[in-house]
Amino acid sequence: MEKHCTESRVKGVSTGTTILAAVFDGGVVIGSDSRASMGEEYVSSKTINKVIQVHDRIFCCIAGSLADAQAITKAAKFHLSFHSVQMESPPRVMAAASVLKDLCYKNREELQAGFITAGWDKKNGPQVYVVALGGMLINQLVTIAGSGSTYIYGYIDAKYKPNMTKEECLQFATNALALAMGRDNVSGGVAHLVVVTEKGVEHVVVPGDKLPKFHDE
Amino acid sequence: MALSNIFETPTPGFNFDNTARNAALEGLFNGGNTPKAMKTGTTIAGVVFKDGVVLGADTRATSGEVVADKMCAKIHYISPNIYCCGAGTAADTEKTTDLLSSNLAIYSLNSGRNPRVVMAVNILQDMLYRYHGQIGANLILGGVDCTGNHLYTVGPYGSVNKVPYLSMGSGDLAALGILEDGFKPDLELEPAKELVRAAIKAGIMNDLGSGNNIDICVITKQRVDYIRPYQESQYKDNRKIKYKYRPGMTPFLTEKVVPLKLEVVQESVQKMETA
Repeated sequence: MEKHCTESRVKGVSTGTTILAAVFDGGVVIGSDSRASMGEEYVSSKTINKVIQVHDRIFCCIAGSLADAQAITKAAKFHLSFHSVQMESPPRVMAAASVLKDLCYKNREELQAGFITAGWDKKNGPQVYVVALGGMLINQLVTIAGSGSTYIYGYIDAKYKPNMTKEECLQFATNALALAMGRDNVSGGVAHLVVVTEKGVEHVVVPGDKLPKFHDE
Repeated sequence: MALSNIFETPTPGFNFDNTARNAALEGLFNGGNTPKAMKTGTTIAGVVFKDGVVLGADTRATSGEVVADKMCAKIHYISPNIYCCGAGTAADTEKTTDLLSSNLAIYSLNSGRNPRVVMAVNILQDMLYRYHGQIGANLILGGVDCTGNHLYTVGPYGSVNKVPYLSMGSGDLAALGILEDGFKPDLELEPAKELVRAAIKAGIMNDLGSGNNIDICVITKQRVDYIRPYQESQYKDNRKIKYKYRPGMTPFLTEKVVPLKLEVVQESVQKMETA
């Protein structure tokens, strides 16, 4: 498979990607594209899952090296499950984000993966945390990451409003993903969206041809 | 952990010791001309169909520009319900699948049930991730268990993807073209076998590292059909004469016999009780 990855900074399969999460009134929307690439030219998978459930109401989007991200989320799932058994209650979103941050920071020399953790917990309601490459952990209302995110910073800044409704937020997230996938060569495929509220979890998958189209398409 | 598994549980957290060792080893070779491992230029493919999974592979193993083995088996047995195709470094795929197979056999004996495909995938992922791409094994794992028919790919760095159809190896792009065109969900057995055969054939025809015969393995809930070879290469060589020499054909010019004189140095007698 060496012929596929020539000059990539990430060894092996990478999720050159667009991931985002946003808080709305009563929950969070987490979304990602579904493309995995090797090098800059080969799409190794059109249907990779980048929104990973680490606990009942906590999800995690992955960016960077697929192998590293999958290993980290596996470890995080185990830690959270153990933690919630010990505490006898569901873990806080902050706890999930901290577990990921710990793994990323302690091994920051060797790992190449970043995450957006989002979910709902009883104490603080809906929250979004971003864990960057080196292990930085920040709480934000809306956040984007991955190679495709650079193309939609303007859109996010202009269009995000706090306390949107669920439908508004879903439309906002779908538009953002569509815009990023339209401009970034290593983002594409289908848009995976997950809505987490106190009541439960809802998956929305928007196939590529059903994504919103903009003026030049 | 509840599972009986003779893998010794690795120390918690990530272990990057091997990267330090590899860096040290690389330093021993001047100018970066580290020895390259032998690869099986290969075409392997897998398809999930209505009643199970079909895996296919070519049978050529190359060593540089020479075909080292014309009938190499690339579909490895993992457990009665799981088989694995391997591409990449020949020794790595062989040993990794052997290790996985023996561990799952012990697990089966202890737990009394066939392993699930996800379990095999998880064990492989853990092991390959721990070695950070130094084990050059690109594997396609297919099997049928109580939860359904599954096909997974595991990359050398430890990335895992669950897919309905897939091809890997140096001939993967040629085979993938055939699979993308012909795949439909819930195929019947014969069309699925034909699709995999055509995909491997495309790999064989268009890739120098793949060739010779095509092996097919059909896994269903009831049984496994390992058809080796499924289709033989039409380019078979007919040897004109025999290259075996029978004993006594070499003439000898002189003969000298030297008897060896042996003397007894030490003698000890041990009585055996056989009552």
